[in-house]
Amino acid sequence: MTIVDPLPGEDQVLRAHELRKEYGTGTGLVRAVDGVDLAVTAGETLAVMGASGSGKSTLLHLLGGLERPSGGEVWLAGRRVDTMTEKELALLRRKAIGFVFQAFHLMDELTAVENIELPALLAGDSPRAARRGAGELLERVGLSDRAGHLPTELSGGQRQRVAIARALINQPLVVFADEPTGNLDSAATTEVLRLLDSLHTAGQTLVIVTHDSRIAATADRLISMRDGGFVEETRLRHGSGRMVGELAGLEG
Amino acid sequence: MSGGTSSKEPPHGFQLRVVQEVLLALLAKEAAHGYQLRALLQRALGPLAEVLNAGHVYVTLNRLDKAGLVTSQRVGQADRPDRKVYELTAAGRERVTEWLGDTSWPKPAPAEFHLKLVAAAEAGLGDPERLVDTQRHAVLAELAAVQRAALAEPDGSAAGLLLEGVVLRLQADLHWLETCARYWTVRKGSA
Repeated sequence: MTIVDPLPGEDQVLRAHELRKEYGTGTGLVRAVDGVDLAVTAGETLAVMGASGSGKSTLLHLLGGLERPSGGEVWLAGRRVDTMTEKELALLRRKAIGFVFQAFHLMDELTAVENIELPALLAGDSPRAARRGAGELLERVGLSDRAGHLPTELSGGQRQRVAIARALINQPLVVFADEPTGNLDSAATTEVLRLLDSLHTAGQTLVIVTHDSRIAATADRLISMRDGGFVEETRLRHGSGRMVGELAGLEG
Repeated sequence: MSGGTSSKEPPHGFQLRVVQEVLLALLAKEAAHGYQLRALLQRALGPLAEVLNAGHVYVTLNRLDKAGLVTSQRVGQADRPDRKVYELTAAGRERVTEWLGDTSWPKPAPAEFHLKLVAAAEAGLGDPERLVDTQRHAVLAELAAVQRAALAEPDGSAAGLLLEGVVLRLQADLHWLETCARYWTVRKGSA
């Protein structure tokens, strides 16, 4: 499968149009995602916030090809995703998309480095190349000394860093993260925060669904969802030293 | 950033309300030059020192001198203009003791926003949920600015500790806004 480059002059890596997902029928009909339009620019970090039941996780699953929409379109790097065959979708998920989940979803019987290299092996890389890539990623997430550890021998923050490294191994166009700090304490959240921030700086496109305000605050753009739709969108500007000074109790 | 000005009392630039007390306390151990005190403040404030009015320390030291809380002595230097060395007086020391014992604390003030929601709902002026959404985004923009500054600080930095204090307070505000959202969602559902 070849990934088509974004249209010339466009750097939108991910696009959704009139996206809908419904469950049930009749009076039991639930509109989990109700007519969402969205464009994500390459290198952008987008955070989607909302209460549980707002549709934010369903939206992430639709964008990442984990679920099929009831209506509308999803485009990734110029390719329409929602009409792909199962086989095409599986390939897409393997090569072009990285996922990070709240519960890590690491293989308990594999070591950290084996977990990270697995998607590369599945994508057809040679064992040598996969191991080299996994080693580099372990270094990037600051866990080189934990390569041979099983997930059960790692802290929560370390497990999530391994899971993030795994999500990056095939150099995905987009990394989707679903409540990446939902199972973590404050210190581990800071670890993940620093890592996500460094990915952002390195130009990785990230879509994060979260109710953790600290994670949301690392984004370039923040969207709030309610009842399956977007209700508020903000570009988070990082620059103002004056703003920070005032908040800290310095007086203008 | 507007920190680099050197005029005596520029109209812009940030002030530290308690800078008088801080300077006095820093002089409690031994006499010091203005620039030494300024360097200490800069270390403690890290990136926030950039927005502090540069002349603020010197202006304040002059005031403290006039108020009899410090004394100053000119010290000649071979190849540069004279420098002033400041020393704490007994009155200054008393002021430091008072300050250390003072427990006043910035007050959280959610009453205004709370009443805004109540009034908006009561008068049918707007949807409280929407007001909460908008407010939450405004606070998150502040959190984003502070957190970015905090993440840029190395481990163990004093300024990082200060920024963490700001992050935690903003998180508390966001937590409360979430509670507000739940309350007004239930209200709307039962209306």
